[in-house]
Order: sequence, then C-alpha cells, then structure tokens
Amino acid sequence: MRSAHARTRQTGHVENTEWRLRPPANLVSKRAILHWTLRAAIVWTIVVGAQAIHLLIDDGSSTWVRVVALVSLVVAVAHVAVMPRWRYAVHRWETSPEAVYTRSGWINQEWRLAPVSRIQTVDTARGPLQQLLNLSTVTVTTASAAGPVKIENLDASVAARIADELTSTTQATPGDAT
Amino acid sequence: MTVQPDTGFPAAPPVDEPSREWGRLDPRMIIVRPLNELLGLLIPLFAIAFLGNGETWRLAVSGATVGALILYGLFAWLTTKYRISETQVELHKGLLLRQRLAIPRDRIRTVDLTSKLGHRLFGLTAVRVGTGQQERTPGEGVVLDAVTAAEADRLRQVFLHRPTATDEPTADQPADEGTPISTLDRRWYRYAPLSMSGLVTIGIFAGFGMNILNELDLEFSKVGFIRSVVTWVTDSNPLVVVPAVAGVVLLVSVILSFLTYLLQNHGYHLNRHADGTVRVRRGLLTTRSVSVEEQRLRGVTLHEPLLLRAGRGGRLTAVTTGLGRANGSGLLLPPAPRAEADRVSAEVLHAPTAPTAERLTRHPARARTRRLVRAITPNVVLAGALLLLAASADWPNWLWITAVCLLPISVLIGLDRYRNLGHTLTDRYLVSRSGSLDRETVALQRTGIIGWKFTQTLFQRRAGLLSVTAVTAAGKGGYAVVDIGEGDGLALADKTIPDLLRPFLAPY
Repeated sequence: MRSAHARTRQTGHVENTEWRLRPPANLVSKRAILHWTLRAAIVWTIVVGAQAIHLLIDDGSSTWVRVVALVSLVVAVAHVAVMPRWRYAVHRWETSPEAVYTRSGWINQEWRLAPVSRIQTVDTARGPLQQLLNLSTVTVTTASAAGPVKIENLDASVAARIADELTSTTQATPGDAT
Repeated sequence: MTVQPDTGFPAAPPVDEPSREWGRLDPRMIIVRPLNELLGLLIPLFAIAFLGNGETWRLAVSGATVGALILYGLFAWLTTKYRISETQVELHKGLLLRQRLAIPRDRIRTVDLTSKLGHRLFGLTAVRVGTGQQERTPGEGVVLDAVTAAEADRLRQVFLHRPTATDEPTADQPADEGTPISTLDRRWYRYAPLSMSGLVTIGIFAGFGMNILNELDLEFSKVGFIRSVVTWVTDSNPLVVVPAVAGVVLLVSVILSFLTYLLQNHGYHLNRHADGTVRVRRGLLTTRSVSVEEQRLRGVTLHEPLLLRAGRGGRLTAVTTGLGRANGSGLLLPPAPRAEADRVSAEVLHAPTAPTAERLTRHPARARTRRLVRAITPNVVLAGALLLLAASADWPNWLWITAVCLLPISVLIGLDRYRNLGHTLTDRYLVSRSGSLDRETVALQRTGIIGWKFTQTLFQRRAGLLSVTAVTAAGKGGYAVVDIGEGDGLALADKTIPDLLRPFLAPY
C-alpha cells in the first residue's frame, strides 16, 4: 500500500485526507508458516514426483518434457521457499465490538470487513495438517454469496476464543442480518 | 440464523389463511408434467423413432421414453404434498430421494409464477418461492409445480402479505391490478436483433443438431438438397461463399432474435402493487409473473451489451434477494430504449432521478494501462502460441495471422473498458459501471451493503489502484468498483457507510 502514485490525487470530490487501510492488529500463529510450507510441499511433491517417475521410466523423453520437469522443479522450490513467509507477513486479523477485519493473500491481497451486526454464523474448522499443528481456521459467514470471511491458521485456543466472542455478540444483535 | 419459529405464540386469527391440511398439487399435473417434458423432447424423439429404417429398437426406445415420462408424472404427483402453516411453507417430494423442505414464511422475498405451454392448456401455474437464502444450485428451493392459476394467485398474496396489527388481511380483496410502471412498446422490437440472442440460438441449434445427426448416423450426402449446397460451398469461389454464408447467418439470426423477443417478452407489464411488491409479467407461450418484495429490492443493474449500447438501448434487472440466477427471473425491463431504462430504474427505486443515469467519476489514468494490458495480453499469448505451433507443428499460418489482426480490436476493447469505468455516490445508492462487450451499471442501495472487500493484485499495488467490492445479501453477493485510486476507493467506502470503515483507516 505504499506506492508513490497513491499520494497523487486524481479527483477532488471527497475530503482531503488521503487514507490507507491500516494493517489489522494481530498476527496469525507462527506455526502457520509450517502449515503453508507442508501443504505446498505435498502438492508439489506429487506434481514433480510424477514427472520424475515418468522421466525415470521413459528413457526416450523429448527435450521439452525435460524442460517442463525442470521448470516445475524450480517453481516448486521458489513457491515453497517464498510463499509461506510472505503469507505470514500479510495474513492478519482484528475483531472489534463492531466489526471483523482481516487481511490475507500474498502476491494478490485481500482485505475483508464484516460488521458484527451482519454476521450469520461463526465456525471453526481444522484440517488434518492443522490438527497436527494445533491450528484452526475461523470462518465467519454473512448473508452474502460473495464468500465468507476466513481467518486461517490461528492457534486453536485463540480460534475458539474468537468464535465464542463473536457468537455471543452476534446473538445479542437483533435482525436477520441481511 | 437469528429468527426463531415462534411456536409458543398464540395463533393470530387468520382470515385469508389457507387450510393447514396437507394439500396435493393439481391432479392434472399427472398429464401436464409428461406433456411438458415431451414438448421439449419432441424433435429428438421424432428423430429416433422415424429417421431410421423402422428398426424395432428405435420404436422401443421412443415408447419406453414416453412410458417412463408418464410414470414419472404419476409418481411425482403421488409423492408431492405441501402445507402452508402460520409460520412456514412445507413441501414433501420425491420417490427415491425423499425431500422435506420447509421455509419460514417471513423469509419469503419473491414469488415467481411460471406457466409453460403444457400448464397453460390446463390453466395451471408453477409457483416458485424465493427466500433470502442464497441458492446453492439453481433449481433448488421450494417449487409448487403446479396448482391452478387462481390458487397460484392466492398463494402469492398469502406469501407476500405481511399481516400486522393494523392491517388485517381480507380474503375478498378485489384483484389488485397495480399501477403500471412500464409496458411493452412495439417499437422496442428494433432492439431485438441487437441483443445477439439470434446468434446464440443458431449456435445452440447447430450444436444440438450436429449431436443428434451424429448419434443417428444420418448420412448428409443422401439428402439431395444438402448435397447440392455442400457441393456449391466447396466448389465456388470463397469470395462469393463467405459473404453469402455470412448473409444467411445474419438473416436467420435476425429472424430468430425477433422470435426470441416475441416469445420471452410478449405482453410485458411492470406494475407496482399495493402489497408492496413490483410484478413483472411477460411471455407468449411460457408466461411468467415474478413478484419482488420492494423492501428487499436492493437496487438495479443496467445491462448494455456493445450492440445494444450502439443502438442506445439497455436491459434492466433487479438486484434482490430470493431470485435464482437462472432463467433471467430478475428481469425488470427487456431490451428497450436507454431513456426508458433510466425512467424505469428511477420509478422502481422510488428515486427522484435515475441512479443509472448519474454522471460518474472517472477512474485514474493508471487504470487505463491496466485495462489495456489485460485486454491485449491473452491475445498476444494466443498469437505467440499459434505462431510457435505454425513453426514447429505445421499448423496453418492463417491462424496466427488472424490472431495478430485481432490485436487492434483488443486495444479498442481495452480503451473502451477504461472509458466505461466509473462510480458515484447518490443519497441512497452506490453506482458503479464497468465492462465493454457487456457494460453493466449497477445501482446498489447503500443500506443494503453488509461489508466490504478490498482486493489488490501485485500490479494494482504498484499502480496505487484498488478494487472495492460492496458485499451484499442480494443479487450476485458483491458488486465491484474496479481499479479506483487507492485513496479514493477507501474514501468512497467510508462515505458510503459512515463510521464502519473509519476505525481501520490510517492517514498517510
């Protein structure tokens, strides 16, 4: 969010302060890096492994098959090395009595803001890898089809606490949240 | 979910209430359901039965299909029953897969009455009930297929009427014709060819026809007429053949698009009714009557595909909860003059001036680069790939040459996309416009926005741009203001719903 362009104003129909989104207050669990690394590594092992087996069995592979295999290996290593740390720097979350505010992504980033009064359900879910690492994902749904607000890879106890807090504030809010 | 079924609540004195017994669909559906299916299958069935040499299997297959359809109709009727209680509408259906559906009546937002040709022969109507819930798959939800037209009309009144202390429902209200907002004008037919529906129909028919012909092993060359056409096409000068074929396709597509417009929009009426709904009625063979609860109407979308825009026309759809995305059930106005579309949007939304006609604020020039890059890149990649294939795998050269010739067009599309980007904020609506081949202007009620989504790709971040998506329960679920300047986008979101975003903003 820090580019030289952003400071030059194009139109003057709104007030003069130039705003930016501030990062949400809290980081996700440090073990999230391990989770993202493992998840990416598993997928890439299958992709690169299949190509490696093919190359080993089939001696007469053409040049382009070898090139594709080499490229996927390089991409795999780069992805596994860079993505988890980058994500860890980006993924942040914050709840206030009024709203849930999250940031996620790595190359492409996404900020979500959902008012507590519009929340319909709050779930926590844990995949197999997350169970090993004692991590949990909080999913906050609203009435919209635009997709839920997710806070990935929180420490399981933190996730449970947030879910409880949000559920109780949501229940205290009247209306059908649409 | 926050609404509890109020079971402990003493029953209000219902006057207009339907019986609380289980009801069945109209028995005529035993005939109508197979009939409707048969109408759809008429051409393939006919082809299977009679186009061969009268082999037994062909007749057997057709007979079995008809028999299965009749049995299906019988079992569908036997296994379906519905009940309307004070708090909910219940529907039980299915033979092998029993389904029990129940929806709370206070969640009903839209009622869609559809009569296909078979229904109309017997004076029946299918009732589809839409709630605030998002449909996961199209076709899901509560559909009473079908009841008599009179019963359907009564159900609509029951479903959309909110009994309150001051407002006692009465059974003997005269039929409410409503105040007209818009009706079909014969001159609107000139927009039919501009909607490209004819070309689409040709495409569908061509694909469908080819499939059938393949399935049936018909030999084209045995039919004299087709053979002579094929011979002419292959033997004549391409300079004659290409314009001739293009001319025929154009002519047929124009005729088909008139026909489509007639079938879909004949007798179009848009009325406002006293029970707080707007109702669209239209259709020649299949008639539809869609009622939308005005309180749940969150805005409108003005669609202007390139050709329609060139003819200064537009089409209007509703942004609301409870309408499936399938089958154009949200249509408010068929292709019509742009001025009429603006008038209808103002009228439907109770706005003094049409939000869709507002002057929009342009997006920064950096957005132009992004639109251009996004329009040109796929074309360049395609041309490159085709060139590579031509060089290495003996693909014909004209493929990549054509792709290169299309580049100027993609540049124009990119520029037009930029030109169309815009947004503004009125008293009650957030207006956003984007797209070129299918330009859409959406006016979204500010109070209907239930959250924000801000997305930024790597390139947007470098250019200081941002896509702001207003999240809503209605329609598509989110409506984006694409490639707005970062500071402007945040200021826009902040201004749209005061105090929501402010705590999460920081000054530069």
